[in-house]
Amino acid sequence: MGRYILRRLLIAIPTIIVISFVVYAILALAPTDPLSAFGADPRVPPEVRANIRHQLGLDDPWPVRYVKWVSSLAEGDFGISFMSHSSVMDLIKQRLPNTLAVVGVAYVIGVLLAIPIGMISAVRRYSVFDHVATTFAFVGFSVPTFFTGILLIIVFAINLRWFPFIYDSTLVIDDVPSFLQQVKQSIMPITVLALFDTATIARYTRAEMLEHLPLDYVRTARSKGLKEQVVVLRHVLRNSLIPVVTLVALGVPTVFGGAIVTEQIFRVPGIGELLVTAIGNGDTPVVTAILLIFAVLVVLFNLIADVMYAVLDPRIKYA
Amino acid sequence: MRWRSALAVSFSAVILAAACAQSGTTTTSAAPAATSAAPSGPTALFKRGDGGQLNILYWQAPTILNPHQATGTKDSDASRLVIEPLASWGPDAKPVANGLAATIPTVANGGVSADFKTVTWTLKPGLKWSDGTPVTADDVVFTFQQIADPATASTTNDNTVGAKIAAKDASTVVVTYDSPNPNFYQWGVGTCCGILQKAQFAAFAGAKFKDAPGNLKPIGTGPYTVTDFKPGDVVTYAANPNFRDPNKPFFKTVQFKGGGDAESSARAVFQTGAVDYAWNLQVAANILQPMIASSTTGKMLSVYGSSVERILLNFADPNAAGDARGEPTTKHPFFNGPDGLTVRKALAMATDRSTVAKQLYGDGLTGKPGCNIITGVPDFESTATTSFCSTFDPVAAGKLLDDAGWKLGSDNVRAKGGIKLKILYQTTVNAVRQATQAIMKTNWEKAGFSVELKSVPAATFFTNTSPDGANHFWSDVEMFTNNSDPDPTSYLNGWTTAQIAQKSNNWQTGNYNRYSDPTFDGLIDQLRKETDPAKRADLIKKANDNLILNVVIIPIVTRTQVTSGISKTIKGDTPTGWDSEMYNIQDWYK
Amino acid sequence: MAAPAAELTKGGVLAAKFTRPPRSLWTDAWWQFRRHRLAMVALGVLGALVVFTLVGPLVYHTPIDTIDFLQSLKGPSADHLLGTDDLGRDLLARVMFGGRISIAVGITAVLLAITLGTTIGALAGFFSRLDNPLMRVTDLFLSLPGLPLLLVIIYLFRDSLRATFGPELGIFIMIVGVIGILGWMPVARLVRAQFLSLKQKEFVEAARSIGARDRRIIVRHILPNVLSPVLVAATIGVGGAILTESTLSFLGLGFPPDVPTWGRILFDARNYLDIAPHWAIFPGLAIFLTVLSINFIGDGLRDALDPRKTN
Repeated sequence: MGRYILRRLLIAIPTIIVISFVVYAILALAPTDPLSAFGADPRVPPEVRANIRHQLGLDDPWPVRYVKWVSSLAEGDFGISFMSHSSVMDLIKQRLPNTLAVVGVAYVIGVLLAIPIGMISAVRRYSVFDHVATTFAFVGFSVPTFFTGILLIIVFAINLRWFPFIYDSTLVIDDVPSFLQQVKQSIMPITVLALFDTATIARYTRAEMLEHLPLDYVRTARSKGLKEQVVVLRHVLRNSLIPVVTLVALGVPTVFGGAIVTEQIFRVPGIGELLVTAIGNGDTPVVTAILLIFAVLVVLFNLIADVMYAVLDPRIKYA
Repeated sequence: MRWRSALAVSFSAVILAAACAQSGTTTTSAAPAATSAAPSGPTALFKRGDGGQLNILYWQAPTILNPHQATGTKDSDASRLVIEPLASWGPDAKPVANGLAATIPTVANGGVSADFKTVTWTLKPGLKWSDGTPVTADDVVFTFQQIADPATASTTNDNTVGAKIAAKDASTVVVTYDSPNPNFYQWGVGTCCGILQKAQFAAFAGAKFKDAPGNLKPIGTGPYTVTDFKPGDVVTYAANPNFRDPNKPFFKTVQFKGGGDAESSARAVFQTGAVDYAWNLQVAANILQPMIASSTTGKMLSVYGSSVERILLNFADPNAAGDARGEPTTKHPFFNGPDGLTVRKALAMATDRSTVAKQLYGDGLTGKPGCNIITGVPDFESTATTSFCSTFDPVAAGKLLDDAGWKLGSDNVRAKGGIKLKILYQTTVNAVRQATQAIMKTNWEKAGFSVELKSVPAATFFTNTSPDGANHFWSDVEMFTNNSDPDPTSYLNGWTTAQIAQKSNNWQTGNYNRYSDPTFDGLIDQLRKETDPAKRADLIKKANDNLILNVVIIPIVTRTQVTSGISKTIKGDTPTGWDSEMYNIQDWYK
Repeated sequence: MAAPAAELTKGGVLAAKFTRPPRSLWTDAWWQFRRHRLAMVALGVLGALVVFTLVGPLVYHTPIDTIDFLQSLKGPSADHLLGTDDLGRDLLARVMFGGRISIAVGITAVLLAITLGTTIGALAGFFSRLDNPLMRVTDLFLSLPGLPLLLVIIYLFRDSLRATFGPELGIFIMIVGVIGILGWMPVARLVRAQFLSLKQKEFVEAARSIGARDRRIIVRHILPNVLSPVLVAATIGVGGAILTESTLSFLGLGFPPDVPTWGRILFDARNYLDIAPHWAIFPGLAIFLTVLSINFIGDGLRDALDPRKTN
């Protein structure tokens, strides 16, 4: 196992390099432009635009720019944003707490809720609980997040006036009232996101447990006199977790680049929102930096998932 | 609503008068002046710091606070709280001295030379930067030189072209133009010309301009200073203790937040009152009107400037093969054919601008039917296009085409000599624009055109590198909005032959239509040189008529320049359609 | 038929009467499926939706694009059974017309994603030499940024697809392709995980020992047991595909703005939830019912194909 992990880590490096190259190529080919914000404005004539392009280093062909980017990465420099001329790392550091506070928390809540819900749905298949949970799950992923978001805003922020719907990232949490304020301003986006996360993971958990419940070893365990709870929790759940582990592991990187619509609707200044705004603005340094971090996370968490399989299922051997 | 704004206007007039009276007589100290010395002169309505926090919401977030590196209105507006120009453009499209300049130079007061070549600006006495150091002519000269230097890649460079600057003494600068310039306020007034502190930027002159920390935390003369800036998210300001008027600004702090979309910004100001100012509510009228009508917290500011939503017609062939696609050497098969004017006129006749203005723009709320491309300045408003504009008759349009030989085929599309009247109509992704497209399509098809709709994300529409973009114009008609300065010379220049966008100049110039008319070019040449105001107005109207009556463009709606929601409790705001919405934020109070 | 069965059962004569000819796997599955009540109801609902979208416009002649501002934002009435949108267009006609595209896109895109994902996952899970390279390719695709990739694909392929297949079919192929190409990765990982664990089981060893070749083992032995998470992915995927298509339209990268797919109608209606909720409720309900019925059909399929449940 140790050798396997080492091998995977070594392969990760060229993998990430290849990924970064493909991503950079795609971004270079995509017809977005940092100057598009000027629109058709005649007050910014072609000479000025050419100057700006030159300043941003866009005169070089993209393979040259790629090499320059990689060499500055090697020195730990993630580049300067075209839009704000500030360090990309600073921007990401500013946004990370907001993403974790909303998208991260939603994900954790989603996983924590989903597994018991999926489990109970499977054990009591087609009961009232199962039907209600199924319906909620399907509302969760057949309705787009922009819809649930706006619905929640209209009901809770505008009609009931319980929660603010503009996220204040300058809020400093140092006492109970400010903590409560943070809860109030993040509860709606967290609900929107957790609904989707819970729905997907719960469905997979339920399906997998349904596969395992009729199996022989369960019958054996029951006939040994073990309590139902023990059977389900210690035996069935552990074996059903493999696809769930896949999903949860694959989902962690998306915390750092997903939730774009929700972040936009609630004005949560997170990394997803930074990514999509930067793509629209043609702000390549920001986009490439975020995508690189994303790629590293994807590779890392896939490795973690693979290791977890082996831990959960001793029969899995990696050659 | 109207009497409220009249009240607001009169209040602000009083305040402006009070401010002007006080600025020469108060002393400023380095200590924070929450309650400063009693003013001599008329009693002020309020004192600095009387108010709490002002919350401003833009649906695009500011990313930089140096107006000369701004990539959009959000940046120039956010920086205006800190960095001021010499003067601002007022609501009547004339300069107003609420900035660094003591008075507006004119020919009458000798500030502008009779040959229109030199303009003398005198700074207000006793001006200080927010760090307490005095403002001098050197700061103004330095700012101009940086903007004019191509190495800084300033976005406001264009206004320095053909001009030079020199300091006459410690508080006077002279701007000199290479040739007589009827547009003598070209440099100094408005968003182009915010004055930076030389001390803060001196070490970053030239190519290092974009690395200056002052880009993110500038020192300025404006009513506020930057406490914290998270680019792409929020700017926090505090009242400037060294601001020239000791009784201003009213608000202790300002929070300028960006992000989200226009509809939820409207909700924030009208339905919950969570913000005091919501910018640019480009929202369909049927959503806005009920919100405004039932709002206890906010009111709507609808101020007209020069913005016109227009349809451009393509004079080149967007379907030509290979490299000739969209090139000015090709001719559009029906817009630029032997009876091109007839076909273009028919299209204009079948354009229902009043339904669009009424149903989508609230009949004046956010836009009114537009007949001219040059609009907003009464002296330049042409009346020759009125009857042309008010004719909406798709059936008559069909007849016009029929008479010219464009007969209806079996597919209900008119054709002549094998050429069908098939139109590809592109614009940006935007609910109101898509609804406009639907209305246009219905009516144009009644006249016998066949219309295919296309919508492109704004980021790929307004770029010269995108084949789907406005510059390439690889469609038959396209639609977007543009606006101009009070003097429309450089705006009109965008339709001259020299400005035709084509492959050889990478589609970077402004004549997307590929329109070429020697008469029009002649008018603009004259306009550049003409100094008599009456003759200028005449030339401008003629240029406007040329574009409209030749159906080079079809204006649909004159849109409000300021389309923002403001809290009912805020007074002192007299919005202008010609400058930043933040141009007089020092006068706002509750 | 008669003699051996009679010997093997008690009450031989009775048993002889009730033995049936042996059935194929699929007939068996169908019988099993029929016994799952919810799945049958769901099949009916889905069938009704498909008929509604395919046949509806032939019967209900109100056009989808007649603009009438006097009828704008009106709720359900005798003239307009589902109400109208902001331009006064009839919603029933639009939901019917758009449904064809939404359902077709949803199902086709998911089929593409599942086929790709299952193939790659099976190969990776079964052949350990292929595991590493295939999983690294999966990592690559997972890291690809959706939005710029979409822009590039559209920029590169839209014109040629439009020329070859015509505007509507060309865009359909492009959208289905894009959703499929960006959606196969989770399926691949799930399938691979299942293969890794099932590969070691006794029945595989047994099959090998009687000489079954790899392909047979993969397809006939392991794959049917992998169905469960794949089916869940499929049901979630259909809803996702329908909604992704609406996101594409909103970005201007999908069908033209006047094509009323369900996701597009929902998107147009989102700011009118407090003024005209009917506008959003009906397409939302349509998507919800489609996704829900596919889910229960999936449940039924899983039971039907479950080898442990046949009698």
